[in-house]
Amino acid sequence: MTKKIKNLNLNFGPQHPAAHGVLRLILELDGEVVEKADPHIGLLHRGTEKLIENKTYMQAVPYFDRLDYVAPMNQEHAFALAVEKILKIDVPIRAQYIRVIFCEIGRILSHILNVTTQALDVGALTPSLWGFEERETLMTFYERASGSRLHANYFRAGGVHQDLPKGLEEDIAKFCETFPKIINDLESLLTDNRIFKQRNVDIGVVTKEDALDYSFSGVMIRGSGVPWDLRKSQPYDCYESLDFKIPVGKNGDCYDRYLCRIEEMKESVSIIKQCLAKMEKGPIKSLDGKISPPPKAEIKQSMEALIHHFKLFTEGYRVPKDEIYTAVEAPKGEFGVYLISDGSSKPYKCKIRAPGFSHLQSMDYLIKGHMLADVPAVLGSLDIVFGEVDR
Amino acid sequence: MKSLEDLEKKINSELTTKINNTEIKHNQIYIQTDKEDIIDVAIFLKTNQDTKFRQLIDITVVDYPEQNQRFEVVYLFLSHEFNQRLIVKYSIAENEVIPSLTSIFPSANWMEREIFDMYGVSFKDHPDLRRILTDYGFEGHPLRKDFPLTGHSEVRYSEDQKKVISEPVKLEQNYRNFDYESPWEGTKYIKEEIENNDKKN
Repeated sequence: MTKKIKNLNLNFGPQHPAAHGVLRLILELDGEVVEKADPHIGLLHRGTEKLIENKTYMQAVPYFDRLDYVAPMNQEHAFALAVEKILKIDVPIRAQYIRVIFCEIGRILSHILNVTTQALDVGALTPSLWGFEERETLMTFYERASGSRLHANYFRAGGVHQDLPKGLEEDIAKFCETFPKIINDLESLLTDNRIFKQRNVDIGVVTKEDALDYSFSGVMIRGSGVPWDLRKSQPYDCYESLDFKIPVGKNGDCYDRYLCRIEEMKESVSIIKQCLAKMEKGPIKSLDGKISPPPKAEIKQSMEALIHHFKLFTEGYRVPKDEIYTAVEAPKGEFGVYLISDGSSKPYKCKIRAPGFSHLQSMDYLIKGHMLADVPAVLGSLDIVFGEVDR
Repeated sequence: MKSLEDLEKKINSELTTKINNTEIKHNQIYIQTDKEDIIDVAIFLKTNQDTKFRQLIDITVVDYPEQNQRFEVVYLFLSHEFNQRLIVKYSIAENEVIPSLTSIFPSANWMEREIFDMYGVSFKDHPDLRRILTDYGFEGHPLRKDFPLTGHSEVRYSEDQKKVISEPVKLEQNYRNFDYESPWEGTKYIKEEIENNDKKN
């Protein structure tokens, strides 16, 4: 008598701690080997693009915080750059440094979260406890600059909302001195750890060719040995004047991507240090009264400032008819905004290109033939955040 | 190709009739083509040694309800080798079916599903054309301009039926769209200045 062997269909998520959010992954298993993976996304879809079409340019900024919510300001950056390019306005140098500092803080925030939760997924608890302490420090920097720990709403077309409060620069500098030690501590727990290596080396291997075909970007493409970083290849703001290296992996597996993230954090610290050293006093947003709102004190004195304030917060500034695609190197990869303006004060269309979207769609390709236990490891190293995948 | 101008010439000379219009702005090339030619254009851009647009960054659609050809399909390409970005566009009418790029770029799969979901544009030869971002059983295409911002139905937990139910949207207050744009265009001399500026651009 022959027995028919049937494949098992398994629902992974939508509520699963290793799914890093609300992902429903339908796995087809042959024993413990994954035959097919079908991710169902959209459980966190909030219609960001539709909402942005109905808001003024300034009101659109907070929606970007809510995409990849572990590195909010990096997203705001892409939108601010897109609007600036259409408006053809220059950003004061101090504002550029402030933006770069906070983008690198965002990168560290995101990488700590990813590295430590990936470790958690494969069984190590301590890194996340150590890492989250540092994240908390970084988020207080966010709070002191913008007023909120997560949803900053800090970048504006033409600069940033407000100057840094007194003492913040010194505190960030102090953090840059202590943080490398924490990275070393994390590394001492993970990099040569036998269990961590067994779970990550040669898992989820991406070849160079496939990384290109599947539209990978960021660490996902660098881990496979393609030296591509938008901060270097298409520099925006003041990245051109900064000196930093691009860590590149060799094998394209989960372990190499982990190593890339660790190295990138070290580079980010160095970038922040350089920015702090180079930063001088000066304006922090465009001086064009038609785009940047006037300081509160001026409104009490000047009629023109009052009119500008009123117009900016009711109608908003108008953006000439144009279309543009701008991308930034967000912690997860290339985050882009394809913006179409029609001359009014609201975007006609704002397509958001989230790196996680194309990373997650390759799940089937990455996991085919691996064991069920490798699913969390691969998912962890993809660095998925559902805010940006679902938009 | 090193410079965008060379690339523009190359594309025009190689693809000739397949290209309707090219333009360089914001350090990117914008190309107009036709629905029938998009596959050939994509293969050329990906494989030619002088272009090497190996990555499809994104596909999207722009909705212009007042136009005859309602949807404009937009493809964003990136070439790592030459560090260039290229945008390919073509217009289609509402019920047209367009070719899928999944056989050339595997990453087009979800991007095309998203377009199908958000705009209701169908793709020919797509391996798995399902909705992707909206809920199971969702109706309508949210990013069309004629889809209301508040949507048509809302979901809530019903205490009577002891399950989650979907019902038409009820708003305590109607959605208000404030039109702040002033019809006042300023005095004559300002108007002239604005017109002159527009001409210069």
